[in-house]
Amino acid sequence: MYRSQVLICGGTGCTSSGSDKIAKKLEEEIELNGLAGEVKVVRTGCFGLCALGPIMIVYPEGTFYSMVKLEDIPEIVSEHLLKGRVVTRLVYDETLAENEIKSLNETNFYKKQHRIALRNCGVINPENIDEYIGMDGYRALGKVLTEMTPDEVIQVVLDSGLRGRGGGGFPTGKKWQLARNLVKDADQKYVCCNADEGDPGAFMDRSVLEGDPHVVIEAMAIAGYAIGATQGYIYIRAEYPIAVQRLQIAIDQAREYGLLGKNIFGTDFCFDLDIRLGAGAFVCGEETALMTSIEGNRGEPRPRPPFPAESGLFKKPTVLNNVETYANIPQIILNGAEWFASMGTEKSKGTKVFALGGKIHNTGLVEIPMGTTLREVIYEIGGGIPNGKKFKAAQTGGPSGGCIPAEHLDIPIDYDNLIAIGSMMGSGGLIVMDEDNCMVDIAKFFLQFTVDESCGKCTPCRLGTKRLYEMLEKITSGNAAMEDLDKMEKLCYYIKNNSLCGLGQTAPNPVLSTLRYFKDEYIAHVKDKKCPAGVCQDLLTYKIIDLKCKGCTACARGCPVGAISGTVKQPHVIDTNKCIKCGACITKCKFGAIIKE
Amino acid sequence: MKSLEELAAIRNKMQNQVNLRSEDSSCTRIVVGMATCGIAAGARPVLKAFSDGIQEKGIKDVMVTQTGCVGLCQYEPIVEVMAPGKEKVTYIKMTAEKAAEVIEHHIIGGEVLTKYTINSAIQ
Repeated sequence: MYRSQVLICGGTGCTSSGSDKIAKKLEEEIELNGLAGEVKVVRTGCFGLCALGPIMIVYPEGTFYSMVKLEDIPEIVSEHLLKGRVVTRLVYDETLAENEIKSLNETNFYKKQHRIALRNCGVINPENIDEYIGMDGYRALGKVLTEMTPDEVIQVVLDSGLRGRGGGGFPTGKKWQLARNLVKDADQKYVCCNADEGDPGAFMDRSVLEGDPHVVIEAMAIAGYAIGATQGYIYIRAEYPIAVQRLQIAIDQAREYGLLGKNIFGTDFCFDLDIRLGAGAFVCGEETALMTSIEGNRGEPRPRPPFPAESGLFKKPTVLNNVETYANIPQIILNGAEWFASMGTEKSKGTKVFALGGKIHNTGLVEIPMGTTLREVIYEIGGGIPNGKKFKAAQTGGPSGGCIPAEHLDIPIDYDNLIAIGSMMGSGGLIVMDEDNCMVDIAKFFLQFTVDESCGKCTPCRLGTKRLYEMLEKITSGNAAMEDLDKMEKLCYYIKNNSLCGLGQTAPNPVLSTLRYFKDEYIAHVKDKKCPAGVCQDLLTYKIIDLKCKGCTACARGCPVGAISGTVKQPHVIDTNKCIKCGACITKCKFGAIIKE
Repeated sequence: MKSLEELAAIRNKMQNQVNLRSEDSSCTRIVVGMATCGIAAGARPVLKAFSDGIQEKGIKDVMVTQTGCVGLCQYEPIVEVMAPGKEKVTYIKMTAEKAAEVIEHHIIGGEVLTKYTINSAIQ
């Protein structure tokens, strides 16, 4: 029995800032202070507050230490763990109140969150199946196998209103029902999990797999029972090594316990799982391409219909759900469909995990009930925009999504509302942009991504996105005319309507949504040949303001191409022909005398 | 092969461990004075006894934690029991054995062991 437990985040974010070494040091110090039998160190998955990593939390007090360094460990052990004195200088300042330390759940970051998919992340040791079982793990599977028929399971999922969390938002129960009923007498069916999280800025699936891998295994077994499948595949990208490793450990443990394999819980139900690694192609997140890749072929999509529920993996009926979708299933089974349906909006039930990134204080993972407004997410949970800058737009849905401007900050987030304003839920990346971001440049960034990732099978996507990218380049280099904007919009719709798979059909979205809400920025680039945010290099000139320049020569010495000349104590000048617009002079100038416009 | 019963057994065993990680402001707090004076007087076995006892018996809503010097060093080890809505009870000169009694009678039974409280020494 341990009197105290120290939880350390072992997610990718905190691991990269050294949480592994910190955990080791902690164990050594605990041993040194003779606390080995009293204090336990637990490596967990992601807590969500990645911006403050490495993160450590000490129970039973619930003290939340942030940005812990290796050299802080002896102090934490001798002061807090040995003598019970909290090391206040390391405590997350939001939990510091006068004379007391607030619970983490009362902080702005956590208090509006409602954790269902992430309920065990940052709470249990993902490499210990017993801890998952201690949090009601595998109870839903037991209940399903011994008390419910497959049709009853599907009915519960249908009634819960759960929709696919990968972005499409297709009702999960409906998908299962089709896979169960569409093809009679199929000799084999499959359950697949899409863990090929490719959207730039989205990392919730990784966090679930790193922090709570068993929940996916349990849910896939439940899906297997519901549709009549005995084999499952988890398709995960090889770029997630920690998640892959923990998932494999979890699968091995589940097999050892007989929770995967033959005659689970003494019933007739048999189910097993295997991991398939993705080789880094974005298009493999598309369901038909993903299955083609599992089959051992080059990851390219194929036309639908037939849909996977009818003819999927190896031409057998297949259910394919996203990691986060699966993470909701066991809780729905245990707490009932009404419980889940009581959260969210009319057509979008439950919660959604968002990966907050970009110009925001609390970068990290948040899980909020559907219907929460973007304003609450950005300003209350996310802590607002740093350096007093103004909010310009939020980008959701990655390269398939769009930008949401300030005027729509108060709409409740759900599938249908986001589509109505020209964006989409996507897998849940939420990138915040401030006044220093150029929206044309953002659109170009996402287009560059789709140009790189287009698989090349269909022409509208392969050539269309490339041409679209070239048009954007023309705009940002100041060579476009107004009619190019109309041409560009036409091409967007052409690509959308004619591409084979979701990648191409959604690729123009970043362009269309920025054209819709930030047309003035496009016009400024085209007509005035100016980039209002000061991002597009070709449209910028660097200038020294004579009145402010003290002639200190710092800029001239910092210029890598010798474009700045002048004598000491006299205002300097930039030779625009030589200038490569690197910005080095601006960082060197102590007087704010250099501007770009 | 795991049966439902085996699963339930693991769950019950592990629940006591993972429950330590829940935060609930409505829970009773058992606070052990762990300053130099407390440690010198033998507070560590007391802390351990409380922590183990609560977890072994699977008692929920009770948190065992430490504090610094309470200021009554001659009475250490001092243990305070703070239940929401009730007056704080201060036990003095605690031992591991007395800790087991406190869990049994006070925490579970709801009856304050007045013979060990600070009032008994002052009177």
